[in-house]
Amino acid sequence: MLNVQALTKKFGGFTAVSSISFDLAEGEILGLIGPNGSGKSTTFNLIAGLYAPTAGSIRFQGREIGGLSATQVCHAGIGRTFQIPRPFRKLSVIENVTLAAYYGQAGRVSEAEARRQAADALDLIGLPHARGEGIDGLGAAALKKLEMARALATQPRLLLADESLGGLDEAEMEQAADMLRMIRRERNITIIWVEHIMGVLMRVVDRVIVLDHGEIISAGLPAEVAADPKVIEVYLGSDAAEVQEHARGRDDGARR
Amino acid sequence: MDRRWLPALAALAVLPWVVPSSYVVHLLVQVLLWSFIYTGWSLMGRFGLVSFGHGAFMGIGAYAVVLLWNFHGLSPWLSIPIGVALAVAVAVLIGYPCFRFGIAGHYFALVTLALTEVVRSVIVALRDTTGGSLGITPNSVLKDGVTWSVQALQFADKRVFFYIALAAWAFGIWVWHRIDKSMMRYAMEAIGSDEQAAASVGVNVTRTKLAITMISAALTALGGALFGQYQQYVNPETVAGIGVSLQIVFAVIAGGMFVRFGPTVGAVFTLLLTEGLRVGIGNKVNALDSTIYGLMLVLFIIYMPTGILGKLAEKLRRARA
Repeated sequence: MLNVQALTKKFGGFTAVSSISFDLAEGEILGLIGPNGSGKSTTFNLIAGLYAPTAGSIRFQGREIGGLSATQVCHAGIGRTFQIPRPFRKLSVIENVTLAAYYGQAGRVSEAEARRQAADALDLIGLPHARGEGIDGLGAAALKKLEMARALATQPRLLLADESLGGLDEAEMEQAADMLRMIRRERNITIIWVEHIMGVLMRVVDRVIVLDHGEIISAGLPAEVAADPKVIEVYLGSDAAEVQEHARGRDDGARR
Repeated sequence: MDRRWLPALAALAVLPWVVPSSYVVHLLVQVLLWSFIYTGWSLMGRFGLVSFGHGAFMGIGAYAVVLLWNFHGLSPWLSIPIGVALAVAVAVLIGYPCFRFGIAGHYFALVTLALTEVVRSVIVALRDTTGGSLGITPNSVLKDGVTWSVQALQFADKRVFFYIALAAWAFGIWVWHRIDKSMMRYAMEAIGSDEQAAASVGVNVTRTKLAITMISAALTALGGALFGQYQQYVNPETVAGIGVSLQIVFAVIAGGMFVRFGPTVGAVFTLLLTEGLRVGIGNKVNALDSTIYGLMLVLFIIYMPTGILGKLAEKLRRARA
């Protein structure tokens, strides 16, 4: 479904992403991890249309999307969330999501249909209350959910989830991870999940790619990657044992 | 518009017949035309697109009509659409590069401010055609006993123009209402709070901003054309300069740019202020009125950023809760 070939992004003399390649199969959940400055956010933003690649290609469902604008990428069927939720402050919860349903499908649905799809997305995510109200009263977890509902309302085939666990407590992290799995199950959406909190991620994803200094240093099943000496050296360090346990403990529900 | 407004509109319609003098009718026409222009500005302003370029759009509308009438004998019925189209074209010329390359906030305000000055300078520079800074009067057909001409849009009786102004004002309110109820408002609110996030859910930021700017410029140019036609006189300072742009922004901030009738309240407020100062102080102290305007603008921005009507609406909402 997604095919990234020799993708490179330079900012002036600095190479943020250096010729990375990977494939993504339909229905897969891919974890994209790495330390700060490893290039994972840049990779994410290249796919999401915030940056144009310096070189290389990004093919989505057979179509080149590298260099398209964020709007065009959304219309092509790729939804995204932001690391720090960025709700539209002057719109109510339902309006935030309705907007995404309406414009996310490039005007292919009526206003009424967009409203219905927005309600569906909020139901699926579990944010049914306070629809008509403003977003000021929402807590961190609810804002993350709103972010996710908004991305889903655009009816994406591929979802880019940016640090869905940031700012959440332990219980909320588990819920957020379950939510991604549930989204894949209910909507058959393929997911790329960028995260720096590794434990929970390892239990949910099918495959992991580890970036460091803009290059892929390891890729494979979570258990393989967690045991990779290179990954332990540059990234996991003393957390290695814990992450490996998570990777082993991933329940089979995670895989299809 | 909602049927509930019909009685209010009817009440407004009898006003020119019950007010004591034609001076009051004149004030009413002024209020309605400026309200229409202010409402047009607010279509953008309420979403954070603060333009100081509306003096330019107003001037283009006003001058197009007078010049086409004087030099080509073109009826305002034909020249008004031309003036409006011209203003919209200029809006695209300025708006597209701004929106495409993300010029926003103060920078957008500056670009539009420059536009206003360019248009004013062009009017002054082309003095052989436009009359320069002395202004120009449309050739009058109101002579030899002729008191009105629909074709020339000239009427000796101010009450006729009152109805034209009333129709324009109601049209402006209707446009506001339609946009307020449309998905375009959602898109503009989203763009106003976060352009990147708006783009990521499929909103075409450039196109949406351009659309609202074109509508806003069109309304303002129409208002300018009608204003020039009503005054039967246009002058670069009264329909096109930075002064006009500032007046628009001031009135809308005073009245309230986030509520439908805010710009109208702003027009009433500024007119009362201007007329009050004119009658009270006259020309005894130079530039006193501008000083008071500036001072009040600062006070409004600090203490009443949502304007008179916005503040009132907030208070009512709180009292009800």
